[in-house]
Amino acid sequence: MSAPRRQTPEILALIGLFVAITAFTVGAFAYRQWMPPAASAHGVGVDGVINYLLRATGPILILGALVLVWFLWRYGRARPTAPPTSNPRLELWGSIVPVIVMMAVTEVGVVVKGLPVWEQIYAEPPANAVVVEVTGQQFEWIVRYPGPDGVFGRVRPEFVDQSTNPAGLDTSDATARDDIVIRNQIHVPLGQPVYIRLRGRDVLHSFSIPAMRVKQDVVPGILTKALFVPTKLGRYEIACTQVCGMGHYKMHGALYVDSPSDYAAWLQHQTGWLQK
Amino acid sequence: MTAHETPGFWRHYVFSTDHKMIAKQYYFTALVMAVFAAVWSMLIRLQLALPGHTWPFLSKLFPGLYQEGVLLPERYLSLVTMHGTVMIFFVISLALVSSFGNFVIPLQVGARDMAYPFLNMLSYWTVVPACLLMLGSFFAPDGAAGSGWTAYPPLSALSEAAPGSGLGQTLWILAMALWIASFTMGGLNFITTILNLRARGMSMRRMPLATWTFFIASVIGILCFPALTAAAIMLLLDRVGATSFFLPSGLVVAGQLLSYRGGGGSPLLFQHLFWFLGHPEVYVLVLPALGIAFDVLAAGARRPVYGYHTSIWALIVVAVLSMIVWGHHMFVSGMNPYVGEYFSIATVTITAPFAVLAMNMVGTLWRAEIRLNTALLYALAMIAAIGVGGIGGIFLATATSDIYLHNSYFVVGHFHLMIAVVTFFGIFAGTYHWFPKLFGRMLNEALGRLHFWLTVPAVIVGFVAMHLLGMAGEQRHLYDPTAYAFLQPVQWLNVFISVVLGVAAAAQFVFLGNLFYSMFFGAPASENPWEATTLEWTTPSPAPHGNWPGEVPTVYCEPYEYRTGDDPHGYRSQATPGAKPPAAEPLPQAAR
Repeated sequence: MSAPRRQTPEILALIGLFVAITAFTVGAFAYRQWMPPAASAHGVGVDGVINYLLRATGPILILGALVLVWFLWRYGRARPTAPPTSNPRLELWGSIVPVIVMMAVTEVGVVVKGLPVWEQIYAEPPANAVVVEVTGQQFEWIVRYPGPDGVFGRVRPEFVDQSTNPAGLDTSDATARDDIVIRNQIHVPLGQPVYIRLRGRDVLHSFSIPAMRVKQDVVPGILTKALFVPTKLGRYEIACTQVCGMGHYKMHGALYVDSPSDYAAWLQHQTGWLQK
Repeated sequence: MTAHETPGFWRHYVFSTDHKMIAKQYYFTALVMAVFAAVWSMLIRLQLALPGHTWPFLSKLFPGLYQEGVLLPERYLSLVTMHGTVMIFFVISLALVSSFGNFVIPLQVGARDMAYPFLNMLSYWTVVPACLLMLGSFFAPDGAAGSGWTAYPPLSALSEAAPGSGLGQTLWILAMALWIASFTMGGLNFITTILNLRARGMSMRRMPLATWTFFIASVIGILCFPALTAAAIMLLLDRVGATSFFLPSGLVVAGQLLSYRGGGGSPLLFQHLFWFLGHPEVYVLVLPALGIAFDVLAAGARRPVYGYHTSIWALIVVAVLSMIVWGHHMFVSGMNPYVGEYFSIATVTITAPFAVLAMNMVGTLWRAEIRLNTALLYALAMIAAIGVGGIGGIFLATATSDIYLHNSYFVVGHFHLMIAVVTFFGIFAGTYHWFPKLFGRMLNEALGRLHFWLTVPAVIVGFVAMHLLGMAGEQRHLYDPTAYAFLQPVQWLNVFISVVLGVAAAAQFVFLGNLFYSMFFGAPASENPWEATTLEWTTPSPAPHGNWPGEVPTVYCEPYEYRTGDDPHGYRSQATPGAKPPAAEPLPQAAR
């Protein structure tokens, strides 16, 4: 007994399909670097993990496809085949080996490659960090700097007014008077750690700067944070990556990474929201 | 007992308690829902490929969705939400688990019907109003739910927060609650039938893998759905009872302080509850697809499943792991990063049992005598989809790389490969394989091939390309990708994906045509057209009421005895007496 002769062309077509799918997948990822260039210190580490996984899993995909294609070629055409034999020992090793390989590849990704970068992302902010507060609300980012006194003034939800007081600054708090409030724009100096305190007041948002490899949900009731060191000058888009309603797609802003002197000059020109 | 007499019209076609009729009811319900969900997906793809383009004829067709030829952004979110919800719960769950589970389990274990036929009917008639509520929610004053299939509060809890967070969202929750009730009834029925109604000799270690996966999927479902039920009830109370289970104090929506809310709740609680179900639900869908593929592969490859026992263990390990890894959906949610790291380490261990399952699927072709048919083609294509889709999952399970890829099109591409492509290939493989037993006629194999070759390359290429968009940084739920400058250079990919998936969607007309044509005009099917070994092929096609005209068969061997002995047919049915006696302990067979 053997496989039917008339199906040989279809077996060849099937082999072509599997080769094409594998070539397309591997080729598409290898063709070019799809990610925008990383512009932060930990971003290089994030890319390192992604590139490690691409390099480690690509060969596994190719190997699997080759075995599949070989079996189709060998056992799909009209050629005599020995009857299948049951070999529990072989089948057990046929399970143990892929388990060991996959566990090694993936846990190296999570623990060896990933964990040091994860620690960088969630580290305690260093003392020299530039601290900025960003509040996500439908559908904009309210950005606040502490001003010359270096202290964020108190904010209260009942003081929030879309046009006159978007941050909800407490007018009775002296430290709030010099707080700088801007919409959808963040300026930071090059090479210095940036610590962003994230607040929410309506629905969930997610504060994402793709080029910085920063993404952190904004959750009402919880203070979340983002920490990164910008390493390249320029303007980078801020995106909301958690669906937040009809204007979700328009909820974007810009991060400006300035040279330290430009940043100092920019900061100099800002006045407190309540002093305007 | 006279339960298996021929019933009248109503009892036969409408309020049937016959598992085979209920399976058909589920199948056609899923088919109708699939047509809706597929149309919505095409509207989504149209918008993503050509944002800003005006379509005057669509305004006429869908006056609620389009205004002056432009899809409204809030309706776009409704379409995405409803496409996801309906596809997952009302198409794939119903077709793959409820329909095939209902049809296959009693026939494969050798039972005359489900353990609780009335409960079975009730579970179907509970899902019908769920479908109607879900579809009807489009006619709510401010549209269908628009908070994504995950329905995260506060967006889903506050009707002030968005159009699509009004009555539509309430109906969505009610429909889901009914759906959970239905699925729980079905799951209980599956488990009881498998544990108690197996034929003499059908030990658990002789059960076909399809039935094994329905069993595991039902166990997962029963254990995990209560979490979603609780979440749904609390969310409903937050919406209609002004409670604050998921709402913190001091919320300001559109400049208005929500002072009537007590506050003190946590939006993260909902995410934990949702994903405690949501992640296992993925396996509820994927495992039966794998089980069907194993049955089809063994019959098509003419050899026993490679690693039948290791596959069963792998399925059990997947089931256990599925319940302790939900947090990998929440790496950037604000959850404690130490907890996140735990979830990452735990999640990637799931690659181990999946590697075993994929290995065993490929291994089943070793020393095979492959006989191609459309069902086998889909089972083979499923291996490719699991390979590509599963590897993508590793990138998302690794917390550090997920920081960049979370909520991007990488995620959309990944879950479509796993819970759309793999599961639909399972549905197609199951349909081509069991259609003769369901309807007593063969599906047209030439049309089947046309369907396969138009569908498979297109869906795999389309969803792999979505991964690339995600790498480029495009986020999901994005009404207009060109709103971002950094995404404009990859907008061509969106056009490409829409074209490719449009081809795949159009190809489904071939499937529908084949289905309905063959149902009435297909070649009559013999009792065992695939020369398969499991019990469902020992009864006439279509199987009569009560499943076997005479005695229920006794089982003498393991499920996939192809080319293992010296049987002149080259295969041995489980019901063929041989050297191996039936299991020592006679299993209870209810007196039906």
